[in-house]
Amino acid sequence: MEDIIRGWVYVLGDNVDTDQIIPACYLVYNLDDPEERKMYGAFALSGVPREKAGLPGGQIPFVNKDEHQSDFSIVVAGRNFGCGSSREHAPVALQMAGIKVVTATSYARIFYRNAVDGGFLIPYESCVDLSQEMGTNDLLEVDVRLNRVRNITQGKVYSLKSLGEVAEILNAGGIFGYAREHGMLR
Amino acid sequence: MTITEKILARHAGKSRVDPGENIWVDVDVLMTHDVCGPGTIGIFKREFGEAAEVWDRERVVIIPDHYIFTQDKFAKRNIQILRDFAKEQKLPHYFDVGTERYKGVCHVALAEEGFTRSGEVLFGTDSHTCTAGAFGLFATGIGNTDAAFVLGTGRLWVKVPATMRFILEEELPSYVMAKDVILKIIGDLGVDGATYRAVEFVGEGVRSMNMEERMTLCNMVIEAGGKNGIIAPDQTTIDFVESRSKQPFEIVESDAGSEYFSSTVYKSRDFEPLVAKPYSPDHVEPAHKLGDILLDQCYIGSCTGGKRTDLVAAATVLNGKLVKVRTVIVPATRQVEQALSREKIGGQSLRKIFLDAGAEIGPPSCAACLGGPEDTFGRLRGSEVCLSTTNRNFPGRMGSPHSRVFLASPLTVAASSLTGRITDPREFLA
Repeated sequence: MEDIIRGWVYVLGDNVDTDQIIPACYLVYNLDDPEERKMYGAFALSGVPREKAGLPGGQIPFVNKDEHQSDFSIVVAGRNFGCGSSREHAPVALQMAGIKVVTATSYARIFYRNAVDGGFLIPYESCVDLSQEMGTNDLLEVDVRLNRVRNITQGKVYSLKSLGEVAEILNAGGIFGYAREHGMLR
Repeated sequence: MTITEKILARHAGKSRVDPGENIWVDVDVLMTHDVCGPGTIGIFKREFGEAAEVWDRERVVIIPDHYIFTQDKFAKRNIQILRDFAKEQKLPHYFDVGTERYKGVCHVALAEEGFTRSGEVLFGTDSHTCTAGAFGLFATGIGNTDAAFVLGTGRLWVKVPATMRFILEEELPSYVMAKDVILKIIGDLGVDGATYRAVEFVGEGVRSMNMEERMTLCNMVIEAGGKNGIIAPDQTTIDFVESRSKQPFEIVESDAGSEYFSSTVYKSRDFEPLVAKPYSPDHVEPAHKLGDILLDQCYIGSCTGGKRTDLVAAATVLNGKLVKVRTVIVPATRQVEQALSREKIGGQSLRKIFLDAGAEIGPPSCAACLGGPEDTFGRLRGSEVCLSTTNRNFPGRMGSPHSRVFLASPLTVAASSLTGRITDPREFLA
């Protein structure tokens, strides 16, 4: 887990479900094939309705046409991020697009767990609804040691809730690394 | 302790667990399917080695069901990955596509095949795995990484959820189905109102439901964010499980004086035919107030709406009438499909009633419930409006990103297919 993550933010609203994060028709791509896995980056967040894609104005593509990496590396959302289907393809898609951190006021539990146990990205809970505080394309810096996010564009700082016991799993790179560190797996 | 806490404690080798505690549990059954199985297998091999064997081949159940009747080459390839793995690991519980063993929708097939045994712990790589809680077991959805961990070790960590109890005090009127009950509860809770919680259903309203209706209740607790839905076993449960499984199982119930996160009482008068409007299952309104919503398609199928009980309900309404809009029927499983010919209403088979009414019947699978490949049966196109017995109406869920999906019970969807607009089924029920 990196200590400092600096990058442009893509802002989303409440209840972004995993069908919006990666529509079901793309789940046919093989996660274990490096070329097919890239497709998850290409179609990440492609199910978000256009008017809500990149708040406050919307209509901002998350990944440009014919690319599989996003210019954004941080997602800020409202409540209940990642609700719906248990597809692990959702945190994988965000990771493949280049997202390293998500902040949301709350998460659906399976998405949160998948993000942590697979070590795909850091799912921070924000203390206030940051999706109301900032706009897509603001430059942010997340400090994982201090549980803090600085909006460089706006010159404001916000605290994030401590990752608590899941920090250990994220630091180990996921549940397999964690289990090996704790002697539960060889 | 509640039933959920007791089952988790027993599987963690503890005499007591408390909500919020992280524990490691022994797993009784791991289920996966064609969408998440290939990824799970990939992680299993990466982490445990190419030559690794699953922890217990009797406890691994693989049910392809999502993208089955499609020409999509990637979807076909994914089923081949499952097939190869089942062969390599000599898995007895693989239900292959294109064979007599093919089942259909995993959550319904799990129950039909006797894998939903009371008192057990079941994980599945599908958020609707919580359906199985209807049989009095702890069942919840997980991702590929967790499933691969279980595949190699038979264990997984779980945070013990606090329990929200819903007491349905009275038997439901005939025009109210389990789908109306759970939509009411989701509407009251909101889509994250049960996040990180167990949802336990008790009371006469539940006891008077058959197992399929109880499955519908538990299936949709995830739509309020719930971790698991659960119903303590009674004679209905015992009869169902004993007729399908030779394995012993344990009856677990909540202790008197258990601590609940909340308890909510519903009377039968609290329920009426409901509809969840786009684009959220908690966006609930009575069917009779939505008569101005014109429909392009009615969809009757899926784990919540394609079981035998669901199709009997739909046929009761459609019997002797003609649909006004495209109406597609997708039996959840082969067993349900066979029941279409066997079950009769007034001497007519369900199949004949549906076909005579002008409905189309598709082969058993998840079909258009989650959109799927372009050639999926019942998939929505353009800006079509669909009333569906499925469980999700998120943007683009059933295919086209511009479509709009409304959710309702099989009775309500069938009644609406006869009018072409959202219709309260009481208009057609004697």
